[in-house]
Amino acid sequence: MSDILLVQNIDSYYGKSHILFGASFSVKKGETFCLMGRNGAGKTTTFKNIVMLVPPKSGEVIFNGKKITGMKPYHTARLGLGLVPEDRRIFGLLSVKDNLELGTSTGRLGHWNLELIYSYFPALEEYQERMAGTLSGGEQQMLTIARTLMGNPEILLLDEPTEGLSPVMIKVLKDLVLKLKELNTTILLSEQNIKFSMAVSDRVAIIDRGHMVYEADVDTFRKDDEIKMKYLSV
Amino acid sequence: MSIETIISQFVGGLSVSMLLFLVASGLTLIFGVAKVFNFAHGSFYLLGAYFSYQAIALFNNFWAGVIAATIGAGLIGMLLEICFIRKIRGRSEEGAFQILLTYAFILIIDDAVKFIWGPEYKTIQKPPSLAGTLEIGAVSLPKYNLFIIVLGIVIVIVAWYILSRTKTGKIIQAASTDSQMVGLLGVNVSMVMSLVFGVATAMGGLAGAMAAPLRTVTSGSGVEVIIESLIVVVIGGLGNFWGALLGAVLIGEVNAFGVLWLPQWASLLSFVVMIVVLIFKPKGLLSNEPTRKKI
Repeated sequence: MSDILLVQNIDSYYGKSHILFGASFSVKKGETFCLMGRNGAGKTTTFKNIVMLVPPKSGEVIFNGKKITGMKPYHTARLGLGLVPEDRRIFGLLSVKDNLELGTSTGRLGHWNLELIYSYFPALEEYQERMAGTLSGGEQQMLTIARTLMGNPEILLLDEPTEGLSPVMIKVLKDLVLKLKELNTTILLSEQNIKFSMAVSDRVAIIDRGHMVYEADVDTFRKDDEIKMKYLSV
Repeated sequence: MSIETIISQFVGGLSVSMLLFLVASGLTLIFGVAKVFNFAHGSFYLLGAYFSYQAIALFNNFWAGVIAATIGAGLIGMLLEICFIRKIRGRSEEGAFQILLTYAFILIIDDAVKFIWGPEYKTIQKPPSLAGTLEIGAVSLPKYNLFIIVLGIVIVIVAWYILSRTKTGKIIQAASTDSQMVGLLGVNVSMVMSLVFGVATAMGGLAGAMAAPLRTVTSGSGVEVIIESLIVVVIGGLGNFWGALLGAVLIGEVNAFGVLWLPQWASLLSFVVMIVVLIFKPKGLLSNEPTRKKI
Protein backbone atom coordinates (compact mmCIF):
# COMPACT_ATOMS: atom_id res chain seq x y z
CA MET A 1 0.00 0.00 0.00
CA SER A 2 1.28 3.44 -0.87
CA ASP A 3 1.51 6.48 1.36
CA ILE A 4 -1.20 9.03 0.62
CA LEU A 5 -0.16 11.53 3.29
CA LEU A 6 3.36 12.16 4.50
CA VAL A 7 4.05 14.43 7.42
CA GLN A 8 7.76 15.13 7.54
CA ASN A 9 9.50 16.64 10.48
CA ILE A 10 7.05 19.46 11.13
CA ASP A 11 7.63 22.11 13.78
CA SER A 12 4.80 24.30 14.86
CA TYR A 13 4.34 27.25 17.16
CA TYR A 14 1.29 28.83 18.69
CA GLY A 15 2.34 32.42 19.22
CA LYS A 16 5.71 31.94 20.93
CA SER A 17 5.08 28.53 22.44
CA HIS A 18 6.54 25.59 20.59
CA ILE A 19 3.80 22.98 20.08
CA LEU A 20 5.19 20.37 17.67
CA PHE A 21 8.78 19.21 17.62
CA GLY A 22 9.68 17.52 14.36
CA ALA A 23 6.56 15.39 14.09
CA SER A 24 6.67 12.78 11.31
CA PHE A 25 4.32 10.01 10.26
CA SER A 26 2.62 8.70 7.17
CA VAL A 27 -0.85 7.44 6.32
CA LYS A 28 -1.34 4.70 3.75
CA LYS A 29 -4.16 4.59 1.27
CA GLY A 30 -7.22 2.86 2.69
CA GLU A 31 -6.04 2.58 6.27
CA THR A 32 -7.27 4.19 9.46
CA PHE A 33 -4.37 5.80 11.25
CA CYS A 34 -4.96 7.03 14.76
CA LEU A 35 -3.00 9.76 16.47
CA MET A 36 -3.39 9.41 20.21
CA GLY A 37 -2.34 11.68 23.03
CA ARG A 38 -3.53 13.58 26.05
CA ASN A 39 -5.17 16.99 25.97
CA GLY A 40 -2.69 19.56 24.74
CA ALA A 41 -0.30 16.96 23.33
CA GLY A 42 -0.51 18.53 19.86
CA LYS A 43 -3.12 16.44 18.04
CA THR A 44 -5.30 19.33 16.88
CA THR A 45 -2.24 21.40 15.97
CA THR A 46 -1.00 18.53 13.82
CA PHE A 47 -4.35 18.45 11.99
CA LYS A 48 -4.33 22.22 11.53
CA ASN A 49 -0.81 21.95 10.13
CA ILE A 50 -1.83 19.28 7.65
CA VAL A 51 -4.72 21.28 6.14
CA MET A 52 -2.62 24.47 6.36
CA LEU A 53 -4.99 26.28 8.68
CA VAL A 54 -1.77 26.94 10.54
CA PRO A 55 1.15 26.27 8.19
CA PRO A 56 4.04 24.54 9.96
CA LYS A 57 7.13 26.66 10.72
CA SER A 58 9.34 24.02 9.17
CA GLY A 59 9.02 20.57 7.68
CA GLU A 60 6.84 19.36 4.84
CA VAL A 61 3.41 17.91 4.29
CA ILE A 62 3.12 15.79 1.17
CA PHE A 63 -0.22 14.64 -0.15
CA ASN A 64 -0.43 12.22 -3.07
CA GLY A 65 3.21 12.90 -3.84
CA LYS A 66 2.63 16.65 -3.99
CA LYS A 67 4.05 19.17 -1.56
CA ILE A 68 1.15 21.08 -0.03
CA THR A 69 3.10 23.02 2.61
CA GLY A 70 2.09 26.68 2.56
CA MET A 71 -1.02 26.26 0.42
CA LYS A 72 -4.29 27.92 1.40
CA PRO A 73 -6.71 25.73 3.38
CA TYR A 74 -9.38 25.90 0.66
CA HIS A 75 -6.83 24.57 -1.81
CA THR A 76 -6.00 21.58 0.41
CA ALA A 77 -9.74 20.89 0.69
CA ARG A 78 -10.07 20.93 -3.08
CA LEU A 79 -7.13 18.53 -3.36
CA GLY A 80 -9.02 16.05 -1.18
CA LEU A 81 -8.12 16.66 2.46
CA GLY A 82 -11.38 16.69 4.41
CA LEU A 83 -11.07 17.97 7.96
CA VAL A 84 -13.79 17.35 10.51
CA PRO A 85 -12.78 19.78 13.26
CA GLU A 86 -13.08 18.77 16.90
CA ASP A 87 -15.27 21.76 17.77
CA ARG A 88 -17.68 20.73 14.95
CA ARG A 89 -18.32 24.22 13.64
CA ILE A 90 -21.62 23.58 11.94
CA PHE A 91 -23.38 26.66 10.53
CA GLY A 92 -26.06 26.92 13.19
CA LEU A 93 -28.31 29.44 11.44
CA LEU A 94 -28.44 27.46 8.19
CA SER A 95 -30.56 24.35 7.66
CA VAL A 96 -29.10 20.87 7.91
CA LYS A 97 -29.48 20.49 4.15
CA ASP A 98 -27.72 23.82 3.48
CA ASN A 99 -24.85 22.71 5.71
CA LEU A 100 -24.54 19.52 3.68
CA GLU A 101 -24.69 21.36 0.36
CA LEU A 102 -21.90 23.72 1.43
CA GLY A 103 -19.80 20.57 1.78
CA THR A 104 -19.82 20.18 -2.01
CA SER A 105 -17.76 23.38 -2.36
CA THR A 106 -14.63 21.31 -2.95
CA GLY A 107 -15.98 20.73 -6.45
CA ARG A 108 -14.88 17.10 -6.16
CA LEU A 109 -17.06 14.41 -7.70
CA GLY A 110 -17.16 10.91 -6.36
CA HIS A 111 -18.97 8.39 -4.28
CA TRP A 112 -20.92 10.72 -1.99
CA ASN A 113 -24.05 12.68 -2.76
CA LEU A 114 -27.01 13.91 -0.74
CA GLU A 115 -29.08 10.78 -1.32
CA LEU A 116 -26.30 8.47 -0.19
CA ILE A 117 -25.52 10.66 2.82
CA TYR A 118 -29.16 10.43 3.87
CA SER A 119 -29.06 6.64 3.60
CA TYR A 120 -26.07 6.57 5.96
CA PHE A 121 -27.45 9.30 8.24
CA PRO A 122 -31.25 8.86 8.31
CA ALA A 123 -31.62 11.39 11.16
CA LEU A 124 -30.15 14.12 8.95
CA GLU A 125 -32.78 13.47 6.30
CA GLU A 126 -35.51 13.68 8.89
CA TYR A 127 -34.17 17.03 10.18
CA GLN A 128 -33.00 18.40 6.80
CA GLU A 129 -35.09 21.57 6.98
CA ARG A 130 -34.24 22.32 10.61
CA MET A 131 -31.70 24.91 11.64
CA ALA A 132 -28.49 22.99 12.31
CA GLY A 133 -28.00 24.82 15.61
CA THR A 134 -31.04 23.05 17.05
CA LEU A 135 -29.51 19.56 16.67
CA SER A 136 -28.12 17.67 19.65
CA GLY A 137 -24.36 17.39 20.12
CA GLY A 138 -24.27 13.89 18.68
CA GLU A 139 -26.35 14.86 15.68
CA GLN A 140 -24.11 17.87 15.10
CA GLN A 141 -21.08 15.57 15.11
CA MET A 142 -22.77 13.38 12.49
CA LEU A 143 -23.59 16.49 10.47
CA THR A 144 -19.98 17.70 10.45
CA ILE A 145 -18.76 14.31 9.28
CA ALA A 146 -21.51 14.13 6.65
CA ARG A 147 -20.76 17.70 5.50
CA THR A 148 -17.09 16.84 4.95
CA LEU A 149 -18.00 13.58 3.17
CA MET A 150 -20.18 15.59 0.75
CA GLY A 151 -16.93 17.08 -0.56
CA ASN A 152 -15.70 13.59 -1.49
CA PRO A 153 -12.36 13.84 0.30
CA GLU A 154 -9.60 11.41 -0.48
CA ILE A 155 -8.61 11.35 3.16
CA LEU A 156 -10.92 12.08 6.06
CA LEU A 157 -9.31 13.79 9.05
CA LEU A 158 -11.42 13.20 12.15
CA ASP A 159 -10.25 15.31 15.07
CA GLU A 160 -11.38 13.77 18.37
CA PRO A 161 -14.81 12.78 17.08
CA THR A 162 -15.91 11.06 20.31
CA GLU A 163 -15.24 14.09 22.49
CA GLY A 164 -18.33 15.02 24.49
CA LEU A 165 -20.47 12.25 23.00
CA SER A 166 -22.66 9.89 25.02
CA PRO A 167 -21.76 6.17 25.03
CA VAL A 168 -24.73 5.52 22.72
CA MET A 169 -23.49 8.11 20.20
CA ILE A 170 -19.94 6.75 20.44
CA LYS A 171 -21.32 3.36 19.43
CA VAL A 172 -23.15 4.95 16.46
CA LEU A 173 -19.95 6.75 15.49
CA LYS A 174 -17.93 3.54 15.74
CA ASP A 175 -20.36 1.75 13.42
CA LEU A 176 -20.13 4.65 10.99
CA VAL A 177 -16.33 4.63 10.94
CA LEU A 178 -16.36 0.85 10.41
CA LYS A 179 -18.74 1.31 7.46
CA LEU A 180 -16.45 3.99 6.02
CA LYS A 181 -13.55 1.55 6.37
CA GLU A 182 -15.50 -1.01 4.37
CA LEU A 183 -15.69 1.59 1.60
CA ASN A 184 -11.87 1.76 1.73
CA THR A 185 -11.92 5.33 3.03
CA THR A 186 -8.54 6.59 4.20
CA ILE A 187 -8.95 8.03 7.68
CA LEU A 188 -6.61 9.98 9.91
CA LEU A 189 -8.11 10.00 13.37
CA SER A 190 -7.11 11.71 16.56
CA GLU A 191 -8.41 10.30 19.82
CA GLN A 192 -8.07 10.02 23.56
CA ASN A 193 -10.62 7.24 23.79
CA ILE A 194 -8.45 4.09 23.75
CA LYS A 195 -11.31 1.65 23.31
CA PHE A 196 -12.75 3.53 20.34
CA SER A 197 -9.36 3.87 18.76
CA MET A 198 -8.57 0.16 19.12
CA ALA A 199 -11.94 -0.74 17.61
CA VAL A 200 -11.48 1.22 14.41
CA SER A 201 -7.77 1.80 13.75
CA ASP A 202 -5.24 -0.14 11.73
CA ARG A 203 -2.21 1.69 13.10
CA VAL A 204 -1.70 3.86 16.13
CA ALA A 205 0.81 6.59 16.91
CA ILE A 206 1.21 8.52 20.13
CA ILE A 207 2.11 12.15 20.44
CA ASP A 208 3.24 13.49 23.79
CA ARG A 209 4.00 17.14 24.45
CA GLY A 210 4.65 17.71 20.77
CA HIS A 211 6.93 14.71 20.23
CA MET A 212 5.99 11.53 18.37
CA VAL A 213 6.85 8.83 20.88
CA TYR A 214 5.29 5.65 19.55
CA GLU A 215 4.01 4.02 16.40
CA ALA A 216 2.70 0.48 15.96
CA ASP A 217 -0.01 -1.57 14.33
CA VAL A 218 -3.17 -1.84 16.35
CA ASP A 219 -2.58 -5.43 17.52
CA THR A 220 0.76 -4.52 19.04
CA PHE A 221 -0.80 -1.45 20.60
CA ARG A 222 -3.63 -3.50 22.05
CA LYS A 223 -1.16 -5.64 24.02
CA ASP A 224 1.08 -2.79 25.01
CA ASP A 225 -0.41 -1.77 28.36
CA GLU A 226 2.78 -0.14 29.56
CA ILE A 227 2.66 2.42 26.74
CA LYS A 228 -0.99 3.15 27.42
CA MET A 229 -0.22 3.71 31.11
CA LYS A 230 2.74 5.91 30.36
CA TYR A 231 1.28 8.22 27.73
CA LEU A 232 -2.50 7.94 27.76
CA SER A 233 -3.70 7.37 31.32
CA VAL A 234 -5.29 10.31 32.98
CA MET B 1 -52.59 67.55 10.95
CA SER B 2 -54.16 66.23 7.78
CA ILE B 3 -53.86 62.64 6.65
CA GLU B 4 -52.47 63.95 3.32
CA THR B 5 -49.53 65.56 5.09
CA ILE B 6 -48.84 62.39 7.02
CA ILE B 7 -48.89 60.25 3.88
CA SER B 8 -46.66 62.56 1.90
CA GLN B 9 -44.26 62.86 4.84
CA PHE B 10 -44.23 59.09 5.22
CA VAL B 11 -43.40 58.58 1.53
CA GLY B 12 -40.66 61.21 1.71
CA GLY B 13 -39.25 59.47 4.78
CA LEU B 14 -39.41 56.08 3.13
CA SER B 15 -37.45 57.25 0.09
CA VAL B 16 -34.71 58.58 2.40
CA SER B 17 -34.87 55.24 4.24
CA MET B 18 -34.24 53.32 1.03
CA LEU B 19 -31.19 55.42 0.19
CA LEU B 20 -29.90 54.91 3.71
CA PHE B 21 -30.59 51.20 3.42
CA LEU B 22 -28.51 50.96 0.25
CA VAL B 23 -25.50 52.36 2.09
CA ALA B 24 -26.11 50.74 5.47
CA SER B 25 -26.80 47.24 4.12
CA GLY B 26 -23.46 47.30 2.33
CA LEU B 27 -21.73 48.44 5.48
CA THR B 28 -23.33 45.69 7.52
CA LEU B 29 -22.69 43.03 4.87
CA ILE B 30 -18.99 43.88 4.75
CA PHE B 31 -18.81 43.83 8.52
CA GLY B 32 -20.69 40.54 8.71
CA VAL B 33 -18.60 38.65 6.19
CA ALA B 34 -15.18 40.27 6.28
CA LYS B 35 -15.28 41.61 9.86
CA VAL B 36 -14.10 44.92 8.45
CA PHE B 37 -15.71 48.10 9.64
CA ASN B 38 -15.47 50.16 6.50
CA PHE B 39 -15.38 53.77 7.67
CA ALA B 40 -14.88 54.75 4.04
CA HIS B 41 -18.23 53.30 3.00
CA GLY B 42 -19.73 56.77 2.71
CA SER B 43 -16.96 57.68 0.29
CA PHE B 44 -18.39 55.24 -2.25
CA TYR B 45 -21.69 57.07 -1.96
CA LEU B 46 -19.70 60.24 -2.65
CA LEU B 47 -17.92 58.66 -5.62
CA GLY B 48 -21.28 57.47 -6.92
CA ALA B 49 -22.61 61.02 -6.94
CA TYR B 50 -19.56 62.38 -8.80
CA PHE B 51 -19.34 59.48 -11.26
CA SER B 52 -22.98 60.09 -12.03
CA TYR B 53 -22.32 63.82 -12.49
CA GLN B 54 -19.46 63.06 -14.87
CA ALA B 55 -21.36 60.48 -16.90
CA ILE B 56 -24.34 62.82 -17.24
CA ALA B 57 -22.01 65.58 -18.40
CA LEU B 58 -20.62 63.20 -21.05
CA PHE B 59 -23.75 61.39 -22.21
CA ASN B 60 -26.49 63.76 -21.13
CA ASN B 61 -28.48 60.85 -19.73
CA PHE B 62 -29.45 60.35 -16.08
CA TRP B 63 -29.44 56.55 -16.32
CA ALA B 64 -25.95 56.51 -17.78
CA GLY B 65 -25.00 58.31 -14.56
CA VAL B 66 -26.68 55.68 -12.40
CA ILE B 67 -24.92 52.86 -14.21
CA ALA B 68 -21.53 54.59 -14.13
CA ALA B 69 -21.94 55.28 -10.40
CA THR B 70 -22.86 51.70 -9.54
CA ILE B 71 -20.18 50.01 -11.62
CA GLY B 72 -17.49 52.61 -10.91
CA ALA B 73 -17.94 52.58 -7.14
CA GLY B 74 -18.09 48.75 -7.10
CA LEU B 75 -14.88 48.42 -9.11
CA ILE B 76 -12.99 50.88 -6.94
CA GLY B 77 -14.33 49.18 -3.82
CA MET B 78 -13.15 45.79 -5.03
CA LEU B 79 -9.79 47.21 -6.03
CA LEU B 80 -9.23 48.77 -2.60
CA GLU B 81 -10.18 45.47 -0.95
CA ILE B 82 -7.79 43.44 -3.08
CA CYS B 83 -4.88 45.90 -2.93
CA PHE B 84 -5.11 47.06 0.69
CA ILE B 85 -7.72 45.63 3.03
CA ARG B 86 -6.88 42.03 2.14
CA LYS B 87 -3.21 42.66 3.00
CA ILE B 88 -3.94 43.40 6.65
CA ARG B 89 -6.37 40.52 7.18
CA GLY B 90 -5.41 38.14 9.96
CA ARG B 91 -2.73 40.35 11.51
CA SER B 92 -2.87 40.77 15.23
CA GLU B 93 -3.15 44.56 14.88
CA GLU B 94 -5.89 44.14 12.27
CA GLY B 95 -8.54 46.16 14.14
CA ALA B 96 -6.41 49.28 14.50
CA PHE B 97 -5.10 48.96 10.93
CA GLN B 98 -8.63 48.75 9.58
CA ILE B 99 -9.57 52.01 11.24
CA LEU B 100 -6.44 53.77 10.01
CA LEU B 101 -6.72 52.34 6.52
CA THR B 102 -10.41 53.01 5.94
CA TYR B 103 -10.13 56.46 7.54
CA ALA B 104 -7.26 57.21 5.16
CA PHE B 105 -9.52 56.22 2.27
CA ILE B 106 -12.06 58.85 3.39
CA LEU B 107 -9.44 61.61 3.30
CA ILE B 108 -7.89 60.46 0.05
CA ILE B 109 -11.20 60.02 -1.78
CA ASP B 110 -12.52 63.36 -0.47
CA ASP B 111 -9.44 65.20 -1.70
CA ALA B 112 -9.29 63.27 -4.96
CA VAL B 113 -12.87 64.34 -5.65
CA LYS B 114 -12.04 68.01 -4.92
CA PHE B 115 -8.93 67.72 -7.06
CA ILE B 116 -10.74 66.24 -10.04
CA TRP B 117 -14.11 68.01 -9.94
CA GLY B 118 -13.33 71.13 -7.91
CA PRO B 119 -14.64 72.20 -4.51
CA GLU B 120 -17.85 73.88 -5.68
CA TYR B 121 -21.32 72.30 -5.31
CA LYS B 122 -22.71 70.34 -8.24
CA THR B 123 -26.31 69.71 -9.08
CA ILE B 124 -27.91 66.83 -10.93
CA GLN B 125 -31.39 67.13 -12.42
CA LYS B 126 -34.02 64.45 -12.00
CA PRO B 127 -34.62 62.58 -15.25
CA PRO B 128 -37.53 64.17 -17.16
CA SER B 129 -39.55 60.93 -16.94
CA LEU B 130 -39.50 61.10 -13.13
CA ALA B 131 -39.97 64.84 -12.69
CA GLY B 132 -43.28 66.04 -11.35
CA THR B 133 -45.75 64.38 -9.04
CA LEU B 134 -48.23 61.59 -9.00
CA GLU B 135 -51.68 62.55 -7.74
CA ILE B 136 -53.35 59.89 -5.63
CA GLY B 137 -56.62 61.30 -4.38
CA ALA B 138 -55.79 64.51 -2.57
CA VAL B 139 -52.17 63.51 -2.03
CA SER B 140 -49.51 64.49 -4.53
CA LEU B 141 -46.33 62.48 -4.29
CA PRO B 142 -43.08 63.20 -6.15
CA LYS B 143 -42.55 60.53 -8.80
CA TYR B 144 -38.81 60.47 -8.15
CA ASN B 145 -39.29 59.57 -4.48
CA LEU B 146 -41.76 56.84 -5.41
CA PHE B 147 -39.23 55.47 -7.89
CA ILE B 148 -36.55 55.33 -5.19
CA ILE B 149 -38.93 53.38 -2.94
CA VAL B 150 -39.73 50.89 -5.71
CA LEU B 151 -36.03 50.53 -6.53
CA GLY B 152 -35.28 49.95 -2.84
CA ILE B 153 -37.95 47.28 -2.58
CA VAL B 154 -36.67 45.54 -5.72
CA ILE B 155 -33.15 45.53 -4.28
CA VAL B 156 -34.41 44.14 -0.97
CA ILE B 157 -36.17 41.31 -2.80
CA VAL B 158 -33.18 40.53 -5.03
CA ALA B 159 -30.85 40.60 -2.01
CA TRP B 160 -33.20 38.36 -0.03
CA TYR B 161 -33.32 35.93 -2.92
CA ILE B 162 -29.56 35.83 -3.35
CA LEU B 163 -28.81 35.54 0.37
CA SER B 164 -31.37 32.88 1.23
CA ARG B 165 -31.94 30.94 -1.98
CA THR B 166 -28.62 30.66 -3.79
CA LYS B 167 -25.47 28.80 -2.90
CA THR B 168 -23.46 32.03 -3.04
CA GLY B 169 -25.85 33.54 -0.51
CA LYS B 170 -25.49 30.56 1.78
CA ILE B 171 -21.72 30.76 1.52
CA ILE B 172 -21.97 34.45 2.49
CA GLN B 173 -24.21 33.61 5.46
CA ALA B 174 -21.93 30.78 6.55
CA ALA B 175 -18.82 32.94 6.12
CA SER B 176 -20.30 35.61 8.35
CA THR B 177 -20.44 33.14 11.22
CA ASP B 178 -17.30 31.08 10.54
CA SER B 179 -15.29 32.04 7.47
CA GLN B 180 -12.42 29.71 8.37
CA MET B 181 -14.70 26.66 8.30
CA VAL B 182 -16.11 27.77 4.96
CA GLY B 183 -12.54 27.80 3.66
CA LEU B 184 -11.99 24.28 4.99
CA LEU B 185 -14.90 23.13 2.84
CA GLY B 186 -13.07 24.32 -0.28
CA VAL B 187 -14.44 27.83 -0.73
CA ASN B 188 -12.00 30.57 -1.71
CA VAL B 189 -13.20 32.92 1.01
CA SER B 190 -10.91 35.78 -0.04
CA MET B 191 -12.63 35.87 -3.40
CA VAL B 192 -16.06 35.83 -1.75
CA MET B 193 -14.98 38.76 0.42
CA SER B 194 -13.79 40.78 -2.58
CA LEU B 195 -17.09 40.09 -4.29
CA VAL B 196 -19.09 41.16 -1.24
CA PHE B 197 -16.96 44.28 -1.02
CA GLY B 198 -17.60 45.04 -4.68
CA VAL B 199 -21.36 44.54 -4.44
CA ALA B 200 -21.61 46.53 -1.20
CA THR B 201 -19.65 49.49 -2.54
CA ALA B 202 -21.63 49.34 -5.80
CA MET B 203 -24.81 49.72 -3.74
CA GLY B 204 -23.24 52.71 -2.00
CA GLY B 205 -22.45 54.22 -5.40
CA LEU B 206 -26.00 53.60 -6.58
CA ALA B 207 -27.32 55.36 -3.47
CA GLY B 208 -25.06 58.34 -4.17
CA ALA B 209 -26.28 58.64 -7.75
CA MET B 210 -29.95 58.30 -6.75
CA ALA B 211 -29.63 60.78 -3.89
CA ALA B 212 -27.82 63.39 -5.97
CA PRO B 213 -30.95 65.08 -7.46
CA LEU B 214 -32.43 65.40 -3.96
CA ARG B 215 -29.35 66.84 -2.30
CA THR B 216 -26.41 68.84 -3.52
CA VAL B 217 -23.33 66.97 -4.64
CA THR B 218 -20.45 68.03 -2.42
CA SER B 219 -17.31 66.40 -1.12
CA GLY B 220 -18.52 66.42 2.49
CA SER B 221 -21.55 64.22 1.82
CA GLY B 222 -19.61 60.98 2.26
CA VAL B 223 -18.92 61.71 5.90
CA GLU B 224 -22.53 62.76 6.56
CA VAL B 225 -23.89 59.55 5.12
CA ILE B 226 -21.44 57.31 6.99
CA ILE B 227 -22.59 58.80 10.31
CA GLU B 228 -26.25 58.21 9.46
CA SER B 229 -25.47 54.69 8.23
CA LEU B 230 -23.51 53.95 11.35
CA ILE B 231 -26.57 54.89 13.45
CA VAL B 232 -28.71 52.67 11.22
CA VAL B 233 -26.51 49.59 11.55
CA VAL B 234 -26.01 50.06 15.28
CA ILE B 235 -29.79 50.26 15.76
CA GLY B 236 -30.41 47.25 13.52
CA GLY B 237 -27.58 45.10 14.84
CA LEU B 238 -24.14 45.25 13.24
CA GLY B 239 -23.74 42.51 10.65
CA ASN B 240 -27.47 41.85 10.22
CA PHE B 241 -28.90 42.58 6.78
CA TRP B 242 -32.54 42.84 7.94
CA GLY B 243 -31.42 44.98 10.85
CA ALA B 244 -30.07 47.48 8.33
CA LEU B 245 -33.47 47.61 6.62
CA LEU B 246 -35.33 48.04 9.90
CA GLY B 247 -32.88 50.66 11.16
CA ALA B 248 -33.02 52.59 7.87
CA VAL B 249 -36.84 52.70 7.85
CA LEU B 250 -36.86 53.76 11.49
CA ILE B 251 -34.32 56.56 11.04
CA GLY B 252 -35.80 57.75 7.73
CA GLU B 253 -39.27 58.05 9.25
CA VAL B 254 -38.12 59.50 12.56
CA ASN B 255 -36.37 62.25 10.63
CA ALA B 256 -39.32 62.82 8.30
CA PHE B 257 -41.81 63.24 11.16
CA GLY B 258 -39.29 64.88 13.46
CA VAL B 259 -38.94 67.75 11.02
CA LEU B 260 -42.71 68.10 11.09
CA TRP B 261 -43.35 67.91 14.80
CA LEU B 262 -40.15 68.89 16.55
CA PRO B 263 -38.30 70.94 13.93
CA GLN B 264 -35.80 72.47 16.35
CA TRP B 265 -34.83 68.99 17.66
CA ALA B 266 -34.90 67.12 14.36
CA SER B 267 -31.17 66.73 13.94
CA LEU B 268 -30.89 65.15 17.40
CA LEU B 269 -33.66 62.61 17.00
CA SER B 270 -31.60 59.90 15.25
CA PHE B 271 -29.19 59.91 18.15
CA VAL B 272 -32.00 59.76 20.68
CA VAL B 273 -33.48 56.72 18.91
CA MET B 274 -30.06 55.07 18.87
CA ILE B 275 -29.51 55.67 22.57
CA VAL B 276 -32.95 54.34 23.50
CA VAL B 277 -32.42 51.20 21.38
CA LEU B 278 -28.99 50.59 22.88
CA ILE B 279 -30.31 50.92 26.43
CA PHE B 280 -32.82 48.12 25.85
CA LYS B 281 -31.04 46.08 23.17
CA PRO B 282 -27.30 46.74 23.52
CA LYS B 283 -26.52 44.62 20.44
CA GLY B 284 -29.18 46.26 18.27
CA LEU B 285 -32.70 45.23 17.38
CA LEU B 286 -31.85 42.23 15.20
CA SER B 287 -28.41 41.22 16.36
CA ASN B 288 -26.86 37.96 15.22
CA GLU B 289 -25.41 37.42 18.66
CA PRO B 290 -27.62 36.71 21.62
CA THR B 291 -27.87 39.55 24.10
CA ARG B 292 -26.09 38.68 27.31
CA LYS B 293 -28.50 37.11 29.75
CA LYS B 294 -29.15 38.80 33.02
CA ILE B 295 -27.95 36.80 36.00
